[in-house]
Amino acid sequence: MKTDTIAAIATGLSSGGISIIRISGDHAFPAIDRIYQSKNKKKKLSKEKSHTINYGFIVDDEDIIDEVMVTIMRAPSTYTREDVIEINCHGGIVVTRKVLELVLGQGIRLAEPGEFTKRAFLNGRIDLSQAEAVCDIINAKNDIALRNSIKQLKGRELEIIKTIRNNILRDIAFIEAALDDPEHISIEGFSEELYEHLNKYSQSINKLIQGSKSGKLIKEGIKTVILGKPNVGKSSLLNILVREDRAIVTDIAGTTRDTLEETIRLNDITLNIIDTAGIRSTEDEVEKIGVDKAMRIAKEADLIIYVMDSSTPLDDNDEIILSLIKDKMAILLLNKSDLYPKISVNDIKDKSNHPIISTSFVEHKGLEELEQLIKEMFFKGDITFNEDVYITNDRHIEAFTNSLEALNMVKESINNNMPEDFYSIDLMNAYEELGKILGENVGEDLINMIFAEFCMGK
Amino acid sequence: MSYVYEEYDVVVIGAGHAGCEAALASARLSLKTIIFTVAMDSIALMPCNPNIGGTSKGHLVREIDALGGEMGKNIDKTYIQSRMLNLSKGPAVHSLRAQADKREYSSSMRKVLENTPNLTLRQAEIVEILTKDKQITGVKTYSGSIYPCKAVIICTGTYLNARCIYGETVHMTGPDGLSSAVYLTESLKNLGIEMFRFKTGTPARIDKRSIDFSRMEEQKGDEKIVPFSFSNRSEDIIKDQVSCWLTYTTPETHDIIRANIGRSPLYSGNIKGTGARYCPSIEDKVVKFADKERHQVFIEPEGSYTNEMYISGMSSSLPEDVQVKMYRSVPGLEKANIVRNAYAIEYDCINPSQLKPTLEFRNIDGLFCAGQFNGSSGYEEAAAQGLVAGINAAMKLLDKEPLIIDRSQAYIGVLIDDLITKETNEPYRMMTSRAEYRLLLRQDNADLRLRKIGYQVGLIDEDSYQAIHNKEKAIKEEIERLENTTIGANKDVQALLESLKSAPLSTATTLAELIRRPELNYEMLESIDPGRKVLPEDVIEQVNINIKYEGYIVRQLKQVEQHKKMENKKIPETLDYNMISGLRIEAKQKLVKYRPVSIGQASRISGVTPADISVLMVYLMQHNSKEAKSKQ
Repeated sequence: MKTDTIAAIATGLSSGGISIIRISGDHAFPAIDRIYQSKNKKKKLSKEKSHTINYGFIVDDEDIIDEVMVTIMRAPSTYTREDVIEINCHGGIVVTRKVLELVLGQGIRLAEPGEFTKRAFLNGRIDLSQAEAVCDIINAKNDIALRNSIKQLKGRELEIIKTIRNNILRDIAFIEAALDDPEHISIEGFSEELYEHLNKYSQSINKLIQGSKSGKLIKEGIKTVILGKPNVGKSSLLNILVREDRAIVTDIAGTTRDTLEETIRLNDITLNIIDTAGIRSTEDEVEKIGVDKAMRIAKEADLIIYVMDSSTPLDDNDEIILSLIKDKMAILLLNKSDLYPKISVNDIKDKSNHPIISTSFVEHKGLEELEQLIKEMFFKGDITFNEDVYITNDRHIEAFTNSLEALNMVKESINNNMPEDFYSIDLMNAYEELGKILGENVGEDLINMIFAEFCMGK
Repeated sequence: MSYVYEEYDVVVIGAGHAGCEAALASARLSLKTIIFTVAMDSIALMPCNPNIGGTSKGHLVREIDALGGEMGKNIDKTYIQSRMLNLSKGPAVHSLRAQADKREYSSSMRKVLENTPNLTLRQAEIVEILTKDKQITGVKTYSGSIYPCKAVIICTGTYLNARCIYGETVHMTGPDGLSSAVYLTESLKNLGIEMFRFKTGTPARIDKRSIDFSRMEEQKGDEKIVPFSFSNRSEDIIKDQVSCWLTYTTPETHDIIRANIGRSPLYSGNIKGTGARYCPSIEDKVVKFADKERHQVFIEPEGSYTNEMYISGMSSSLPEDVQVKMYRSVPGLEKANIVRNAYAIEYDCINPSQLKPTLEFRNIDGLFCAGQFNGSSGYEEAAAQGLVAGINAAMKLLDKEPLIIDRSQAYIGVLIDDLITKETNEPYRMMTSRAEYRLLLRQDNADLRLRKIGYQVGLIDEDSYQAIHNKEKAIKEEIERLENTTIGANKDVQALLESLKSAPLSTATTLAELIRRPELNYEMLESIDPGRKVLPEDVIEQVNINIKYEGYIVRQLKQVEQHKKMENKKIPETLDYNMISGLRIEAKQKLVKYRPVSIGQASRISGVTPADISVLMVYLMQHNSKEAKSKQ
């Protein structure tokens, strides 16, 4: 069994503002000692008794990141039967992520899907009858993780990764071809050329890391979709929430042709709001694309705000939508309460279990109630994030960082005048790390590249 | 009419490089052994290149020697030129290669075989493997004699249904016009063994008197000879060496090839076997790397007994008339007289995924195999497998633990693991890039890695075993001394450093730290190291390498630790993969086909993902606990 140390956020990210980061493995105590500071700055957690909770701070050098409670549990009386440390973070989502990043910077790697459970089982902690269930989830979780990994990357990023990876492999293949057939292939002077290559790869990977980190901010909101038939006031709602005239708002049904995306802060909560083209049966092809897309987005949303016009009666479209969002987390808005109502809150209560608020965007009525409701749902833990997005992002960053480190090792070898055969070891590590993002193993890649690119042999 | 001739413990079929090692190992381990060959004059024949070793292959030979095999000793006796390749690179890729006198090599090995107790040589073609209930009972020859036995080792090389081809000409023979073995394949198929058909090739041999060496570059042997065998000392085997010669193909050569490519059986479809990418024919090189203006051609002597020269780099299966024109277009070969044509050879071999790491068939008890028959290529790869198969046949009959060499222990381990675990689409050749722990698997430390194993097996004597212990101790003590000897920044030290173009010391340091500097080594520091004892050269070599590359070596050792944990998780032979619900279908199919012995091996099978491995581990854990419970 692997004995490296793993960490992950153990709780759902949004439940009530407290998140727990769990660390398991031999390296848990040395790591926590480096980033934990007690109030009097004297306490070392590695010296404290097992199964105690300790108040203090997580610090990055001198900077305090969060005020925390840290539970320490020594092997073997723990869930995984390894040393386990749990950091209870209080500072909200962004801070929790920072703490995790700090932990991962201590030579600890991000846990694979289901890995705590796997360790618990392999170390004899979980009952045998549960084994089959463990077997089943490992592959299932892994498939999802991999699908997410590729999905999270934009087409361009994917291309960049593939290109760097291929170039690295070509460099290794050249070195190896020359080592294998020194009489046919000369490697003289290659180290300078390689050094330039390494600089280029590092630059690109650094950009990818930056991209993943900034991408994270956008993704850190609750994915909220505003749905509704044309002209019920979806764009007005967005404008009010954003307080900026970004969406095109007119009285003509179907003006919003594409989706608009906005990030807003509601006190402590970030909403990532998507306004969509109105949903209705339409002959207009351009708009139909928008509608299809909206339905797709709604499927992946953490929260749906469905806007209805109280001045027009419910029709088939409303019925369809209400049934479509039955199992989603949703809030229904009965807008245009300033106009003569054709439908009431009670009419809809029969058709849906979702909370309903009567609003008038023109008169700014019911909006406070909406904000309050969202906050409640969030802190009660009703709304949960799509956690895979976070985990995926962390995995990407981890893989990029590891490959960058490996490339730096190659540079160091070059600087130290090491012979060429030392370069390919770390180059191969960089290649493997980037492959993790794409879900690709090394296999016979190198041998194939050597023979495809270099003429060798007796 | 068939009749029983005589009973043996072990029967070896084929007396090439694999067969010789297999038979010697078995006989030396005191088993009554017989080796069959289709021609007594073809023992340890080198039908292709006239050399032993080379990159990664040189490693194999030294490992064979460390384990108690014969190849290293035999080439030390019969070499006519020796070189250490890659000396400008790191120690892990330094590779020894020697040109052999082919006839001497063959007859010297034959003498060893003939004078080994317990070993009988016999000229005959084996046509049938006899079994009862999937267990070996004996072999039958073409003349009908039956040799009952407990184990058989098949080492038929390129002889099974061999077919030699150039242009439209086809000879139904083995290499060098020797008769092929045409019946055994059928017998193997009847045993349910899956066969492949592979292809390889060899260049023409040219009369030395017709070559103009003045148009070529001379390549001499090394002045300092490193023996292949750890039992030999450099000064004992030193001799006058012959030269090889370097020339190049020309645009005219390439034009001739292109104009006649349609007549090459490779391109006309007359050859169906799969060839190896690493030793392409010259027509392949010209077609595949069309932008290359010239290719290197090495002219190597076949031995001191003959004028024949081997034209390395120009193997071909073009028709005879094209061959003549092609070779004569190379500078220095304008008047070349061909002694033997270049040809391609097709032969039957097995899909090695049917083998255990011991090189025994999973489905037939007592049937072992080695060499090109297993889908490998090269004399050295063959010999390495022959040694392992011979040892394991013996271990089985002696009821001892089998010898399974791990990937982290030797190139031999990598070779066998790759053969039985990875999909084989072409003759397998060893390469240093295939060894993921190659920093540890150096040719200079093969004795330290494997001598003790050879001793445990019973092929290494007590004296050599003791010598290895002493060597280990000397290395360890000297490294410790150097790590603990402080050197001050005094005048002598600074003067020495300056003369060696190394930065002066600003503060005291240790001798080990100085040795770590790329521009320095152990030998250079003698004048500032009065406490040093006189140590043997091979000890100093290890001290230098271990200090200089310590960081990298420690890293690889850590990786090996992780690797070993996975290798030590064994999978029961009878495991029913279809019972494991969490495995993906592709993984199930692959695992059923390869039947890995350990989690580590399973993880190297293409199509088995890390998640599948996790599932497998969890399942095995459950499986093992259940068994433990039912035993109680």
